[in-house]
Amino acid sequence: MIALDPESAKRPEFIKVRIRRQDAPGQEPYWELHQIPYEPELNVISVLQRIAAQAKTLDGKAVPPVAWDCGCLEEVCGSCTMQINGRVRQSCSALVDRLLEDNDDEIVLEPMSKFPVVRDLVVDRQRLFRSLKRVKAWVPVDSYYDMGPGERQLRAKQEQNYPLSECMSCGCCVEACPQYTKIELKQKDGESDEAFEARKNEAFDEAFVGPNAISQAMLFNNHPTGKALASERMDALTGAGGIQACGNAQNCVAVCPKEIPLTTSIARAGRAATVHVIKKWFEK
Amino acid sequence: MAQQRVVVVGGGLAGLASTMKLAELGVHVDLISLTPVKRSHSVCAQGGINSVNDQTRQFGDNEWLHFDDTVYGGDFLNHQPPVKEMAYWAPKVIDLMDRLGVPFNRTGEGFIDRRRFGGTLYKRTAFAGATTGQQLLYALDEQVRRREAEGMVTKHEFWDFLGPMQDESGRCRGVIAQDMVSMKIKAFPADATVVATGGCGLVYGRSTMSVFCTGSAVSRCYQAGAKYGNGEFIQVHPTAIPGSDKLRLMSESARGEGGRVWVPRQPQDARTPRDIPQEERYYFLEDRYPEYGNLVPRDIATREIFDICVNDGLSIESDRMSVYLDLTHIPKTELDRKLGGILDIYEKFQGVDPRVEPMRIFPAVHYSMGGLWADYVKSSEGGLEAGAPRNHMTNIEGLYAIGECDYHYHGANRLGANSLLSCIFTGLFTGPSIVNYASSQSSGHDDVSSAIQESAIQTQQQRHDKLLKGDSGSGENPYLIHQELGDLMTRVATVVRRNDQLSDAVGKVQELHQRAMRVSLSDTGNWSNQNVIFAKSLQDMFPVAKTILQGALQRDECRGAHFKPEFQKTSLTSEEPAERRREAEVWCDEFEKNNEKFLKSTIAGWNPDNSMPDITYEEVDTSLIPPRPRLYGLVGGEVIEEVWKERAEAAKTAEPVPN
Repeated sequence: MIALDPESAKRPEFIKVRIRRQDAPGQEPYWELHQIPYEPELNVISVLQRIAAQAKTLDGKAVPPVAWDCGCLEEVCGSCTMQINGRVRQSCSALVDRLLEDNDDEIVLEPMSKFPVVRDLVVDRQRLFRSLKRVKAWVPVDSYYDMGPGERQLRAKQEQNYPLSECMSCGCCVEACPQYTKIELKQKDGESDEAFEARKNEAFDEAFVGPNAISQAMLFNNHPTGKALASERMDALTGAGGIQACGNAQNCVAVCPKEIPLTTSIARAGRAATVHVIKKWFEK
Repeated sequence: MAQQRVVVVGGGLAGLASTMKLAELGVHVDLISLTPVKRSHSVCAQGGINSVNDQTRQFGDNEWLHFDDTVYGGDFLNHQPPVKEMAYWAPKVIDLMDRLGVPFNRTGEGFIDRRRFGGTLYKRTAFAGATTGQQLLYALDEQVRRREAEGMVTKHEFWDFLGPMQDESGRCRGVIAQDMVSMKIKAFPADATVVATGGCGLVYGRSTMSVFCTGSAVSRCYQAGAKYGNGEFIQVHPTAIPGSDKLRLMSESARGEGGRVWVPRQPQDARTPRDIPQEERYYFLEDRYPEYGNLVPRDIATREIFDICVNDGLSIESDRMSVYLDLTHIPKTELDRKLGGILDIYEKFQGVDPRVEPMRIFPAVHYSMGGLWADYVKSSEGGLEAGAPRNHMTNIEGLYAIGECDYHYHGANRLGANSLLSCIFTGLFTGPSIVNYASSQSSGHDDVSSAIQESAIQTQQQRHDKLLKGDSGSGENPYLIHQELGDLMTRVATVVRRNDQLSDAVGKVQELHQRAMRVSLSDTGNWSNQNVIFAKSLQDMFPVAKTILQGALQRDECRGAHFKPEFQKTSLTSEEPAERRREAEVWCDEFEKNNEKFLKSTIAGWNPDNSMPDITYEEVDTSLIPPRPRLYGLVGGEVIEEVWKERAEAAKTAEPVPN
């Protein structure tokens, strides 16, 4: 910016980056140390871009570029989630100058631990999207023809729904959640892609649905047309791997990059679940 | 009849709107995307989506005026029938998005709130905070997930589209794509194919676009024989946050909500902005454009910001260019409610709170007005004929182009908040056209011979294998070539264009292209190899880059985003009324003469023999609104307008009465 930061004199000449790599699923992970020249205003994405371009480790060994996932680079797409210095977050908004303030020695990059590693920092987050199907996170409109506007909505309701609707399925919340455990299955010999897919989905559907999906269920139950499926969503949330699996650790809300009130959603879902179960009991 | 099967490539607003509409019409869709569709670049759109609405109508607004603003803003290079159809559909599109659950901001009474955007005097823009694109995309993503759960849609995410699959007659019979994890190459036969793959910002290295927006999908269609229209028209957004990996967008809504652009009158004034008194600030947009103020169309705002920094030397920093975009006079609660999302982005990436301190911004490449040439059928009302199979079909039969990747709607310059509209509109509107096309064919996805599929796969497999083997002695690094390409394109083909620089750049890009064709890769494996995928997209950026340069070189005029100072139309100089009038007459003569020559779409065809585009020109359909001079801020504009109106009237009365 205008004048150089007085701190900048203390900035290192190089940045060391330690990366936990893995060549493919089922392979042993290993650590690799890289180094790039320091520049002001870098983020972790630009660090990884420079590492990809130089494709050499600190001791000069030629290596394939580190694989990672990214998209918008402005924290709205949810692609670039990873563990940075032990904390799950988006790598685009992880500014190097800030990271160096906490640890001027090196930056440590690791893939998320709750999803199967595809390669290096890339993980397979299918399960996150599967959970949105599980809670029917959509508005069941009749058609896409012109039927006039939707129902009028007071500002208060919009202001309640909008933050929940900002969830970008990045997976930070489930990474931090002690109740969400990794599911990694291997395709069996002779198993078709479709059969493998079906087996994975079955496993996903029995496991904890996760704070993001609970919050989406609350979002759509609060929509004038979306609530037509409220009872089906509550069936999903009161079944196996539903709301009762939440251990109330409250880690999810602490790590959400969009500051979505996930624990508020979970509390709402908990109350709705009680009502739902009692109603179901009377309907028996 | 067997169920129809369509391949949609791209899962942004256009691709998802197309997918859900086709699924509703009973078609099975294979949706192919580089990324999980929920992460597509449409999420970055911030400001909003335009339509005429109950409130603006009471101020005299109507669909025709939205149509007029769009073609006037586009400097009349837009074919008018598609624009007309879009403007008339706009209110219906917003109603639908409202029904689908988009949390649009509300008025106190619960109506959808609206803000004003550039290039119009009406508050037409509906918005959901400052993340409207994200919210619209999510609503469509949810509907597509619903259709996927019903079995109507199969998603292929992390698949790279390698090219259309054509039969002997040239008809597109589906696509060839590659799994980005297993690197397996596969054919997807289809009755029709839709490309909805967005813009080509990465040709410029850094832009406001996401990393997926390489333009390579479009380039692969172009190299297969599809025509490319108006390539040289690239929108440079006036306000972006400079960054080393990306130039992050600062939405036009910041100005729509009252943001003011200024620089200190004293060059590189070292005081903090808060300490610079009002009279020492130069609000140059408000000063030069009293009517539109900070909300002039984007091309004009961009040039003014560029001009104030480059030519007037008033950049607020000495080592890099920027101006202030100031929101600090607006109450914080209002800012949080209406612009929270984008202000958070600024704060997160710059470490400065824009509610307290003015933002520092500078223009950045943002949108491709040009793209794949696409046909349409004009209706008797002057709009589009609903359901006509040729609507949005490229010149490759069976291959459709929609959204940012086609060349329609925005002419020489796009108005803010019209892109989300054009994407959703084209996705919805073309559904019945595609179904009718597929129904009219005697052969479909089941009849694509294995010979066609095998040979198309073979061609792609050879390209892939050859790259992996690489030219190990060349030492050419795809990432470094990309940087060179981006730096060059940014220097010569953005805000200001000069013929000597452009022709020089054509030679340089040719050289870079050759180097890119013999890259050696640092990853030669066949598992999740991002290196080879990037190398392919880099190679495919060159046909697009050359088309931008060549189109710009041959267009000796100023129109919308395309600005060549050498051919700039000057303001009137005389103060004396009769002389001023005479100058205006001359001005109008020149304007007419220039339109005869250049009011034409640039149409490029890829020539593989010399690896250059062949350029021809196409008449623009201006049958509904006659072209008129674009006079924002021009000195003497009112006299020119008067002369022009008289001529237009005279032309009308001179026309023979139709029998």
